[in-house]
Amino acid sequence: MTASLAARLVRLACGACVRTVGYQPCQRPCVYFSNHTSHLDALVIWAALPPGIRKRTRPVAAGDYWRGGPIRRWLAGRVFNAVLVERFRVTVRNNPVNQFQEVVDAGNSLILFPEGTRSATGKIGLFKGGLYHLAVRRPELDLVPVHIDNLNRILPRGEFFPVPLLSCVTLGHAMHLKPGESKQDFLERARRAVIELKSE
Amino acid sequence: MKLVIDQEIIWLVGGVAGLLVLASLIGWGLSRRGGGEEFRATVTNLNARIRAWWIMVAIFGLAMASGGVGSVVLFGLTSFLALREFITLTPTRSGDHRTLFWVFFVITPLQFYLVAIEWYAMVTLLIPVYAFLFIPIRTAVAGDCERFLERTAKIQWALMVCVFCLSHAPALLILEIPGYEGQNGKLLFYLVFVSQMSDVLQYVWGKTLGRHRMVPSVSPNKTWEGLVGGALSATLLGTGLWWATPFTPWQSFGMSLVITLMGFAGGLTMSAIKRDRGVKDYGVLIGGHGGVLDRIDSICFAAPVFFHLTRYYFVP
Repeated sequence: MTASLAARLVRLACGACVRTVGYQPCQRPCVYFSNHTSHLDALVIWAALPPGIRKRTRPVAAGDYWRGGPIRRWLAGRVFNAVLVERFRVTVRNNPVNQFQEVVDAGNSLILFPEGTRSATGKIGLFKGGLYHLAVRRPELDLVPVHIDNLNRILPRGEFFPVPLLSCVTLGHAMHLKPGESKQDFLERARRAVIELKSE
Repeated sequence: MKLVIDQEIIWLVGGVAGLLVLASLIGWGLSRRGGGEEFRATVTNLNARIRAWWIMVAIFGLAMASGGVGSVVLFGLTSFLALREFITLTPTRSGDHRTLFWVFFVITPLQFYLVAIEWYAMVTLLIPVYAFLFIPIRTAVAGDCERFLERTAKIQWALMVCVFCLSHAPALLILEIPGYEGQNGKLLFYLVFVSQMSDVLQYVWGKTLGRHRMVPSVSPNKTWEGLVGGALSATLLGTGLWWATPFTPWQSFGMSLVITLMGFAGGLTMSAIKRDRGVKDYGVLIGGHGGVLDRIDSICFAAPVFFHLTRYYFVP
C-alpha cells in the first residue's frame, strides 16, 4: 500500500512513462540492467515494475558511496534494501558476484548498473564484468535490458535538488548468455541491447 | 478578486454541457458505423478527445466555482505542466540545472502569486524584465559557456510562452471594468471557450473539407479550409456570447476574431518547434490530445493579446 503509493509519487514526480518493448513480467527472479545517469535511476526502475515484482527486487549499489554517512546508510539499508557491493578492492571473499548469486538464489530480483558509475554526459559507458560472471553461474536467469531516458537532466551528478522534467523507462526483451559467447562479446551485446531501447 | 455566480454563468455552463452531450452522441454514433481502418482510428481518437474534454471542462468548472483563486491555481498548475513538457523537449545542459530549478520552483509560482494578489504592474514585469536578466546571470555563474546564448534563449522563450503568456488568462480576473464588477469569470470563460472551440472547429472543418495544406512542412493537418471554416464559425459562436461580456456584438466579433487567429498562430508556431524536435506531441497526459501544451498552445498566444485589448479599450 505505502509502496504502491510511493511508486505512484515517484512516477508522477519524474513524469516517468513506462514503455515495454518485449518485456514480459514474470515471477522468476531476474536481473534488470540499465544505463546509469542519476541517483533516481534505481528508484524509477523500481517504481516502473509491477507491484508483485517490485517487492522482491533489490538495487545493487556502491558500498563505498552508500555507506558514507547516516542518511545514505539509512536510504540504502532501510528504504531501498540495497545490495551494497565493493567496487575497488575486490577479493575472492567480497566478490560482488557472490552477493548477486545469493540474492537471486533466495528468489529475489536485482537492479544492476553495469557501467559501475553514473555517466556524467549521458553517454553509455563500457559494462563491467559482474553481469557476465553472474550469467555464467546462472545461465537460465532472465537478463532484462532497461533504458532510462532524461533522468540525468532531472537530477544530474552532483546536484541535490531535482528539476521536474519528464523521463521515460523502457524495458526490453530478456536476454541470456549464448553457449560459448566470450565475455567481451556478451557485455557488448548487453550494452547494445540497452542502447537500442532508446530509439525504439 | 471576487467572482459572482450569476444566471449568465449558469447559461454558459449549461451550454457547454449541452455541446459535450451532443459531441458524445455523435462520437457514439460514429463508433457504431463501419468503415476503413483510417476512419476507425480517427473515430477512436475523436472519442478519446471527447472523454478528455469532459474531464477538462469539469476541472475548469470546479476552478471557476471556487472563486478567483481556484482559477489562478489551476492556470498555475497548467503552466507548470506545460513548462515541464517544453523544457523536456528542449535540450539543455547540466550547467542549466540550477537555473531551471529557479524557473520551475520560484519564478513560475511567483508569477501566479502576483496575479492572485492583483499586482498588475509586476505581473507584466517579472518575467520580461527580472527573469530575463536573472536567467543568463544564473547560467553564467554556473560557468558552462557552450551554446550559452542558445540555451538561455530557450529557457527564456519557454518561460514567456508557458508561464508569462498563459498567466494573462487568469489575469483577466483582475481587470476592473466599470459595470462588470465581479463578473470577470465570464471573460475568462469567453477566452477559453472561443480559443478551444476554434481548435475544435478547425479540426472538424479540416477533417471533413480540408484539401489545401497551409504549411505542410510544419503541420500536415492545418489546411486553409480548416482555418477559414474554423475561425469563422468559432468567431460567430463567440460573437453570439456578447451578452455575457462587456462587449457589443460587433466588439465581440472583433475580439473573437483576434482570439481565433492568435490561437491558430499559436498552434502553428508550437508545431514548428515539435517538428524541429521530431515529435508529434509535447506529452501524453491528455488522452487523444497529446500533452498539456498541445491543448493550451492556442490560449498561450491568444491570452496576452485579448487581455491587453480588453484592458486598453474597456478599463478606464
